[in-house]
Amino acid sequence: MFTLSDLVQPDNIDTAYQILSNKRNNTILGGCAFLKMGAKRIGTAIDLTNLNLSYIKETDGFIEIGGMTSLRELETHTLLKECFAGVLPKSVRNIIGVQFRNSVTVGASVYAKYGFSDLITALLALDTQVELYKGGRMPLVDFLNSPKGKDILVRLWIKMDNCKAVYLNLRNSASDYSVLNVAVCRLDEQWTIVVGARPRRAAIASKASAVLSQGKQSASEIEDVAQKVSEELSFGTNMRGTANYRKALCKVLVKRAITEVQACKSH
Amino acid sequence: MKSVGQSIRKVDGLMIATGKPVYTEDLAMSHALVIKIMRSPHAFAKITSIDISRAEKVEGVECILTYKDVPKERFTLAGQSYPEPSPYDRLILDEIVRYVGDEVAIIAAVDEKTALQAMKKIKVVYEVLEPVLDFEQALGHTTVVHPEEDLSCNFDIGLQREKNIASSFKEEVGDVEEEFKRCSVVVEDIYYPQAQAHAMMETYRAFTYLDHTGRLVVVTSTQVPFHIRRQLARALQLPASKVRVVKPRIGGGFGGKQTGSLEVFAGIVTLKTGKPALVIYDRKESFSCTTSRHAMRLKVRVGADQEGVIRAIDIQVLSDTGAYGEHAATVLSCVSYYTLPLYNKTRAVRFTGDAVYTNKMPGGAFRGYGATQGTFALESAVNKLAEQLKMDPTEVRLKNISQVGETFLTGQGVLLGSSSLERCIRKGKELIGWNDKFPCREIGKNKVRAVGMAITMQGSGIANIGTASVELRLNDDGNFTLLTGATDMGTGCDTILTQMAAEILEIPMDTIVLIAGDTDTSPYDPGSYASSTTYVAGTAVVKAATELKQKILEQGAKFLGVPSQNVEVNGSGVRTFRGEKISLAKIAELTVLGTGKLQLVSYATHGSEVSPPPYIAGFAEVEVDKETGKVELIDYVAVVDCGTVINPNLARIQAEGGIVQGIGMALYEEVNYNELGKMASNSFMQYKIPCRKDVGKVRIAFEESFEPTGPFGAKSIGEVVANTPPPAIAHAVYNAVGVRVNHLPITPEKVFVGMQKL
Amino acid sequence: MQITLTINNKVHTWNVEKDEFLADTLRAHGLLSVKKACESSCCGLCTVWVEYKPVLACTILSVRVHGKAVTTIEGVPTEAEEFARVLTAEGAEQCGFCSPGFIMNVLAMKKELINPSEEEIIHYLTGNLCRCTGYMGQLRAVKTYLGVAQV
Repeated sequence: MFTLSDLVQPDNIDTAYQILSNKRNNTILGGCAFLKMGAKRIGTAIDLTNLNLSYIKETDGFIEIGGMTSLRELETHTLLKECFAGVLPKSVRNIIGVQFRNSVTVGASVYAKYGFSDLITALLALDTQVELYKGGRMPLVDFLNSPKGKDILVRLWIKMDNCKAVYLNLRNSASDYSVLNVAVCRLDEQWTIVVGARPRRAAIASKASAVLSQGKQSASEIEDVAQKVSEELSFGTNMRGTANYRKALCKVLVKRAITEVQACKSH
Repeated sequence: MKSVGQSIRKVDGLMIATGKPVYTEDLAMSHALVIKIMRSPHAFAKITSIDISRAEKVEGVECILTYKDVPKERFTLAGQSYPEPSPYDRLILDEIVRYVGDEVAIIAAVDEKTALQAMKKIKVVYEVLEPVLDFEQALGHTTVVHPEEDLSCNFDIGLQREKNIASSFKEEVGDVEEEFKRCSVVVEDIYYPQAQAHAMMETYRAFTYLDHTGRLVVVTSTQVPFHIRRQLARALQLPASKVRVVKPRIGGGFGGKQTGSLEVFAGIVTLKTGKPALVIYDRKESFSCTTSRHAMRLKVRVGADQEGVIRAIDIQVLSDTGAYGEHAATVLSCVSYYTLPLYNKTRAVRFTGDAVYTNKMPGGAFRGYGATQGTFALESAVNKLAEQLKMDPTEVRLKNISQVGETFLTGQGVLLGSSSLERCIRKGKELIGWNDKFPCREIGKNKVRAVGMAITMQGSGIANIGTASVELRLNDDGNFTLLTGATDMGTGCDTILTQMAAEILEIPMDTIVLIAGDTDTSPYDPGSYASSTTYVAGTAVVKAATELKQKILEQGAKFLGVPSQNVEVNGSGVRTFRGEKISLAKIAELTVLGTGKLQLVSYATHGSEVSPPPYIAGFAEVEVDKETGKVELIDYVAVVDCGTVINPNLARIQAEGGIVQGIGMALYEEVNYNELGKMASNSFMQYKIPCRKDVGKVRIAFEESFEPTGPFGAKSIGEVVANTPPPAIAHAVYNAVGVRVNHLPITPEKVFVGMQKL
Repeated sequence: MQITLTINNKVHTWNVEKDEFLADTLRAHGLLSVKKACESSCCGLCTVWVEYKPVLACTILSVRVHGKAVTTIEGVPTEAEEFARVLTAEGAEQCGFCSPGFIMNVLAMKKELINPSEEEIIHYLTGNLCRCTGYMGQLRAVKTYLGVAQV
């Protein structure tokens, strides 16, 4: 359980950021699920509840998702069910339970860059940008690769293109973390293959994705690309699986995801 | 029958379902001291110094206790009848700590925050010793988990502490080696059923205070109030008469609360401070500082003749009892007691086993209690045997199972009183569609479906040891009070015991108030374990109710002025054959007035000389993804012989719940330690009990037999339900993809790796 | 810190610590139906409604419910008893420790889903763990309650 000296609920984001940067151990609160399992000594905890950041809407050809939006909102919103072959709801629907998803936020899930995250894998396959208070708007992949800093994830922007995306995973118990997760997206000729829970966080297999995009996506090519993905990315061992198993799983899930994307008809 | 055999709602159902405050924490006084325990970070260490001076100064701290402040006489926390077959190897706090999580200091303060704050200020210096973590290395290891000389045992359980042996057990009839030579087919394999966590929803907690006469009252979430009282008396050096243990509603136990994991901490704080105290283990402590199922290694050899008759069985067991030996001996011997009797055409059997100490959390009682581990090993071996014999596994069972009226080699002449196991097997086959599905079928898209099966038995109570006493009283208002020491942990025994009394007395259930779980007022009962309550306490209820009915008849006859032979009695009262009658209410009214001067009470103690086995035939259908190794459980059928079913709904739920725990053990659950002996699986995040989506379909059917020694023909159901899933599912996985996973749980990776090796 | 909330249809002002979670606050104010059974937000036993949505009281900081409506099973006695009768008729409450949180989620599900399939029911209720019943009896009860055919 964490400790804190103070807790504030600012009315505007500038104040929130100001307080955040005041002291090293001032911290933004997300859903608190992970925070309460640790022993962090927080100075001032900053609750963004009053900033009206819980929303999902369509803005200028983008889907705009506020950082305080719950995962359950993401799961049930009509717009997200319709776009990208519904990949985002599918990516979060197995996380623990409805009450849990009502209690945790998109912003915290992405900002924390969790290795086990199912959502990040799916977002990374799409044209996703994060908007940080200080750092501004940037592609998700750049955010994930950036060094740890202090900022506030204000919202996500996902381009509403006509892509088709599929999310697959393997879990032992249905409400457990993924042993491995995979998201594959196709936009016209461009394919993007993402693998997460390796156990490190999701990464794009860019080389293999390029090979897939350039070819005809025949069955043997898909097989070959899946193999390439498993060689391009690294895998590790933890309580839920060994590196070797994850590597083998990667091939299987990537192959299946690509095949499933091919089968996606336009609505 | 009006009550017995009916699916009657539990008497406490509505109240607990809607959240009424009837559990231990709800009953604790709001200002009770909060207790937190400081725990060893090392698997094996000696405390060279412990300084609590700074911690004591924290405002709001009431007392801090270390090993220096507790009595020096060792005891056991085993919830078993005295004299316990358990080593007296515990102290309340010890100078030597034997597993990561072992107690180092007890802190009592006004609230949790203060207690935790104080804990941070306690300075402990440990001499870290090399632990023995691998139970396969423990026997004769240089590290001796219990180096102390004052370890003792009530009688010989094979304790050899210098070798880290907590208990040894051997049973042998005939010459197995000779018999194996004569067998056409002999199979052999080694099995590793894992340690499993109870994961009951209500964690461990106890609340203590001194009453108006200075006695220690302990309100605790326990399965064994009378054993707790005795343990506390010894540990706290009080006469047992100065201790009262009360069990309110509790949120599950499954055997975990058959060990007194924490009452002694609250008890000693209340004694030292004079104040009420509350200790609640959080989920992490419940996982890592109480008990788990004993992990085991079982080497099984089974031999049969050409016709498939099993002629020899040899089982060698190594059991990991962890840091303390509460249930080491009994779980070990139960592996034998609940496997060997299954197949009685044997000419020779042998069971040998050792339970060893290691520097891990202790093994304890867990539903199945050795039968689970033994069933996994023996049934997996018999399934392997069936394959080698080229016989259907169900046919091998049908050919070899014990029949009514028969005994078995290690049975000491006791005859089987009831069994419908044959019908259970046939019914189960039919329900799962065995003939169409055995062994497997491809269903396309790299998926294959297959079926597997296993049988199991358990006991009903502990023969010649367990007794239960019951008191039944007719009150002045015409209602009844049923006093019992049986402990309902949600299973519903309060309800079924009431059903039995109501049935005998021919009265509506709601005219009986059942009072249980208070050592001051309840007649003696060992508690909820060994599948005793229905069979032993139930028979005591039948005896007491029968006796009271007779007394009502005699008293009614007296009031009517006729001899007893001239009347009959039922739930409304007593009447002569000519039609004169006196109502039950009137009898009740008069017996407490001058006219009667005899409040009607009956009393019965029952213990059985036999422990009639319930049986289950379990059938699993799985779908295995050949590319990933993921096992999906499609269907599970369990056909149950528990004798007469007293309450079909409650029996069905027991079966479904036990099967799902077995499914957890088969596929999802694993108690995991890191290389330093720290438990990694100490939360629901890491330790995955099955969730709703994990269980597929579970279907239960009953094939009633009639057990002549049981109440209304009943046996038991509480534990037997946990045992079939691991071997049945393992069998199905083998039939699907040819991989035998002998190390539970059966994870996708293990199946995958197994397939690669083929 | 002071929070004003509507708890079971009554407005209250309570003093809470800044790091206090709703489950502890509710229990401290006598709402003992709310159970805590884990520290990892996994079990669902502490399910209450905040603004009529089912959430985990153990994970919601009490300061966050200022100005909001919070409902525990004590606040919906009629509906709770109606379902509890069906649940207990199956014998599916067993130890009862998971039941109040389970019932709160079932009632929330009834409001949110229209004619749910078995799969949808199981999906909605997955976050409520139970160790006693094996889930089958609970599903039978839910189907009876929703008027969905038992298969």
